[in-house]
Amino acid sequence: MTTADASSFPTPPRVDAGPAYVSRTTLAPSPPPYSVVGPVAWMREHLFTGPVNIALTIIIGLLLAWIIPPFLRFAIFDAVWSGANRDVCIYTPERTAVGACWAFIWDRAAYFTYGSYPVAERWRVNVFFALLAIGVVWLLNLKAPRRDLGGVYFFVVLPILSYILLVGAPWLGLRNVETNLWGGILVTIVCSAVGIVVSLPLGILLALGRRSTMPAAKLISVIFIEFVRGVPLITVLFMASVMLPLFVPDYLQPDKLLRALVGIALFAAAYMAEVVRAGLQALPRGQYEGAMAMGLSYWQMMTLVVLPQALKITIPNIVNTYIGLFKDTTLVVIVGIFDFLKTIEAARIDPTWGAPTVSATGYLYAAIFYFICCYLMSSYARGVEARLARADKR
Amino acid sequence: MSSALATTPAALAPAQLKNETAIELIDMNKWYGEFHVLRDINLTVKRGERVVVCGPSGSGKSTMIRCINRLEEHQKGRIIVDGTELTNDLKKIDEIRREVGMVFQHFNLFPHLTILENCTLAPIWVKKLPKKDAEEIAMHYLRRVKIPEQANKYPGQLSGGQQQRVAIARSLCMSPKIMLFDEPTSALDPEMVKEVLDTMVSLAMEGMTMICVTHEMGFARQVANRVIFMDAGQIVEMNTPDEFFKNPQHERTKLFLSQILH
Repeated sequence: MTTADASSFPTPPRVDAGPAYVSRTTLAPSPPPYSVVGPVAWMREHLFTGPVNIALTIIIGLLLAWIIPPFLRFAIFDAVWSGANRDVCIYTPERTAVGACWAFIWDRAAYFTYGSYPVAERWRVNVFFALLAIGVVWLLNLKAPRRDLGGVYFFVVLPILSYILLVGAPWLGLRNVETNLWGGILVTIVCSAVGIVVSLPLGILLALGRRSTMPAAKLISVIFIEFVRGVPLITVLFMASVMLPLFVPDYLQPDKLLRALVGIALFAAAYMAEVVRAGLQALPRGQYEGAMAMGLSYWQMMTLVVLPQALKITIPNIVNTYIGLFKDTTLVVIVGIFDFLKTIEAARIDPTWGAPTVSATGYLYAAIFYFICCYLMSSYARGVEARLARADKR
Repeated sequence: MSSALATTPAALAPAQLKNETAIELIDMNKWYGEFHVLRDINLTVKRGERVVVCGPSGSGKSTMIRCINRLEEHQKGRIIVDGTELTNDLKKIDEIRREVGMVFQHFNLFPHLTILENCTLAPIWVKKLPKKDAEEIAMHYLRRVKIPEQANKYPGQLSGGQQQRVAIARSLCMSPKIMLFDEPTSALDPEMVKEVLDTMVSLAMEGMTMICVTHEMGFARQVANRVIFMDAGQIVEMNTPDEFFKNPQHERTKLFLSQILH
């Protein structure tokens, strides 16, 4: 033992070397026992702590054993991977077990993606998907260069380019494509992108209006939010596509898809307004006062001090609203628009592919598509949250 | 506390006072709903004067100084700041807020901005200074409050005393004519009170017009030209620090002083 030992207690220096049985050096730490590290320890700690957890682990294990093998049999082992029509997916004396009919998905994939968009013009949709992907990555990747330009691209350039590409511009040699030919993933993406992009700024304005001291702004915001939140999305869509034409002369009739887009965007904005309002209320009053005392105007205070902080704390809720909105777009089918789910619905009753497992396969494909999209959104939000949590600790 | 602030009182002689009015409150009244918070407040502060306001909690001290830059609205009477009367005119309110700096009990720094950005925000957006000039000014004042090396950190990384000094520097960056302090040391750990008070003393010595709501009686003795005692929304007593501490006139003042000076 020396006085330079790790011990924090001040011990008087030893003069004599001590008896022979006293160690003169610090012992190396012993390796942890088997029960503290390694997979066994992990299982003990996470799966088998106490009788309740042991019972739960066993029950869940049995449940998984019961569900997973049949699912794998259906989705992979017994699945039919290629073929041109129903013949490959029906039961025959030789083929008694038929799993997922992936041949059907493969055969109709273009229809699920583009709807009835003219085949010769589908490259335009592909370009749109690519442009959108560039915008999303540019804007959401926090390390991307020139994200301010990314914002201009996403909110100004992209909408204009998309409109020209998808709707058509005869003066550029792109022929017009009526929106009633649009369908599939294209429509789902357009509906949610418009809803997502429009609902946030509009929701912020409504939230500010609702907390405003100006009676007119407050009243309008409250009425709008409460009215829109008070009716189901289906009602809003019905109003937009059935009621509106009754009041507006024929030549002013907006396009059917456009009406649905406006309906979705307004609906999402009302929910977004309440999400943003929660964030505004969570900020301490001192932040407002600090900004006001320095002479910042209302809009400077909001854009420079309040909203950056309020939006940060509401990111999980904003993404939650986006995920809800993304799935709600399936409701446009009610006004006769062929979104992704509706194209599957239409294809599965087509007699060309009339086979026992076709419907299930179609729905499985839809579930996978929606799951991947929503999961990406929520993982991104989790990443951002983790980053902000680190920033808060500093 | 007074020993911590060993500055020569001579430097703070009232001779510095110019005979110009900086702030004038005339028969000012304020209600929160039914509750009468401020009653007939009359106060004139000359340019270069340093006024300390004390009193029990709930006496309306903070409310009074928050009325001066319109964080609170008064309902009756007049408030004239630097020759401009406070009314509902938003332009005048903004004008006055540009001239009047305020330091809060809880600092109210913006946690999403660095120290430097906190200090340059208002000069850039309100005074429309070029970013480079604003940063130069900010660094000048950060050096004055002795924390230039923290410029690129975030408020959450600083101690309470450092944060409050940044808050003072942030106000100074707007080159205010008047500074309001709303219990600047009340939320601080005891050992950080001194560094903030030192900054305030040096500010006072440069002739800044100041109104401080504080319970730091050492600070009041050392730098104040006048001490005001408030109770139940009224100014009960107003005197030079010497007279105020030696010969308090009102029973209420005596009681208050006996409780905080021991």
